Amino acid sequence: MLTQPVPSSFAGTADALAVGVLLTEFAMLRTSLLRSQVRLYAAQSLLVSALAGVVAAGRDVPELYALAGLSLILKVWAVPAVVTRLLREADAEIAGSGALGVASEVLLSLGVAGLAFFAVDRLGINSRVLPTTALSLAVAVIGVAFVLMIVRSDVVSQAIGFFSLENGVSLASLVVASGMPLILEVAFLFDLLVAVVVFGVLMRVHHSRTSTLSTAALTRLRG
Amino acid sequence: MRWLLLVLALLPLATALLALVTSPKVIRAATAVSGAVCLGCALALVPSAAHGQPSVGFLRLDALSGVFLLSTAFLYAMVSAYTIGYLKDDQDDPGFPRYARRFYAGLNLFAWSMLCACMVDELALLWIAIEITTVVSALLVAIDATESAAEAAWKYVLLASVGLGIALLATIVMYYAGSTVLGSAYDLSVPQLVKAAPHMPHTPVRLAFVLAVVGFGTKVGLVPMHTWLPDAHSQAPTPISALLSGSLLAVSFYAVLRYFQVTRAVLGPDFPQDVLLAFGILSLLLSALYVLDQQDVKRLLAYSSVEHMGILATAVGFGTPIALAGALLHVLAHAAAKGNAFMGAGTLVHTYWTKEINGIRGAMDRLPVSGPAFLLAVFILSALPPFGIFRSEFQIVQGGIAGGRTAWAAMLVALVTLAFAGLALAATRMVVVPSAEPAPRSLGAAATPAREPSWWMVAPVLVGLAALLVLGIHPPADLTALLQRGAAELRGTVT
Repeated sequence: MLTQPVPSSFAGTADALAVGVLLTEFAMLRTSLLRSQVRLYAAQSLLVSALAGVVAAGRDVPELYALAGLSLILKVWAVPAVVTRLLREADAEIAGSGALGVASEVLLSLGVAGLAFFAVDRLGINSRVLPTTALSLAVAVIGVAFVLMIVRSDVVSQAIGFFSLENGVSLASLVVASGMPLILEVAFLFDLLVAVVVFGVLMRVHHSRTSTLSTAALTRLRG
Repeated sequence: MRWLLLVLALLPLATALLALVTSPKVIRAATAVSGAVCLGCALALVPSAAHGQPSVGFLRLDALSGVFLLSTAFLYAMVSAYTIGYLKDDQDDPGFPRYARRFYAGLNLFAWSMLCACMVDELALLWIAIEITTVVSALLVAIDATESAAEAAWKYVLLASVGLGIALLATIVMYYAGSTVLGSAYDLSVPQLVKAAPHMPHTPVRLAFVLAVVGFGTKVGLVPMHTWLPDAHSQAPTPISALLSGSLLAVSFYAVLRYFQVTRAVLGPDFPQDVLLAFGILSLLLSALYVLDQQDVKRLLAYSSVEHMGILATAVGFGTPIALAGALLHVLAHAAAKGNAFMGAGTLVHTYWTKEINGIRGAMDRLPVSGPAFLLAVFILSALPPFGIFRSEFQIVQGGIAGGRTAWAAMLVALVTLAFAGLALAATRMVVVPSAEPAPRSLGAAATPAREPSWWMVAPVLVGLAALLVLGIHPPADLTALLQRGAAELRGTVT
């Protein structure tokens, strides 16, 4: 490592933001209050939007400013607002505990995140825009989001897990596909918004049928 | 001919919007007309897709997309006619107008998103179209708002969305691979990527392909990502089940094929074929076993869909021209046969008020046309000669043997035969074995009369049978040209 130059302030900022994204994912895993989970998701989206802004400024990709702005509106404000409203209606506060305790979940996630780091290292993908570490962090976020969805047994945690997985994919896209035409990026974001609305509708249907947000009772269909 | 693409891209969307503002009667007719017009457009586009690539804006049709477009349009037309009969009995319900508006809007939007997925000329747009199919169809699965439907819809939307998250990652990684040759800002169009293939880096393309197979494969229903499929297909209203099974799975497989096309051009045939072969055989194996032990007729057909997607993946894994042409023929034949089987099953469920196989007996007596037609559709699904699936599976096995994959081809035959046993046994019990109760004809006027619930539910099935017969005995020359050119496109011998 001594042979490598000291990272620039751009690379340092970008890496710090990307690490922040992964840490918020771990925090989601730790918290058991649904409301906190939604707040953490908003914070994570804020970090991703900030990173898009940093890349836009540091690498002179002005389209990313628009993406950062849209992502701010949709993921930091709109999506958490939709989910919070649902929580208020459902009068639920605590996430459904899964098969594992929090400590085991975090240990498992550490393993998954470590695997992501080593795996991405072997791919030999070099970004012109961001340090490759950010890609490793993005894949780690996706891995931990999977753990979150698997171990939690309530619809809100599972949905938030999916939305944060999408944050991981957004982070990866900043690293390796920041030149992707803006119209597509915007389409991806609106698609997410539609998905959120559908998740919201289905969460409501689920709640109206079972009077709970827990998925523990979803065992009628099998075989 | 290019304007036909615009009609296909706009008409179902316009019909969906119309559904929100008009009466059920108007929208019923408008949907049937839209389905028929779309089928007409898709048929009219076959010759030009077989010999060229009509395009307008970001819509483009080549032979490969032409096959999937035709299968989707065919099923859209059949289902929109079937739905008229399917919803007939609910018309007097006070909540019917609201239900019908939502149902028809969803049905048309669903068809629109699938048709668009076949026509868009870009991997990123393809992802967006397939994401739209997910959100629309998840709402349609939940439309009956029962506890089971809510459970199925939740599992479906969560698993499919996660799969599509992975597919989005595949899109991004493929974008990165292309950007090393095409610069940082470009369109992800398949011909452009295939042209740039010799200079693209191998590892990212390999990664993108595996992610695409896992991601879109979740929507295809490839094992082990199939777990949402039997639930969603069994709980959705029957017309939606038919579209899910006959069209949506194939359209998702179309996305995999687009990645296959690029990956094959970059890495050569071995890697992508081996990946698909592994997923294909695994899907075949598990679905054949599940088919043997099903109690619910719609779940039985859902597992049969997993089996047929396994056959498609295996066929592409064989990679020879005849196997690939067989796979594309299989897409068409499976759409017609599975549509028929689901529509037939829907008529049985409508008549007997149960989805339990054990609760349906003597269908031949109660449904003189739909009963035998359902049985025939199930046998056709199991490759009964001389229908389309027999021809396609014959070609696929022949292609496997020609490509030196004899053991895999033998395994395919064995597993298809195993699934046949399960399907045939269940269908025969439902249709042929007489009910324990006396036959309706032997009772007086009070007994349930032997008659079809609606001829709107019978006619599409008969059309499907006729189409399967044509596909099996003598496919039209233009269609054969379309299939052969599609196979050539997959092998990279036509660009």
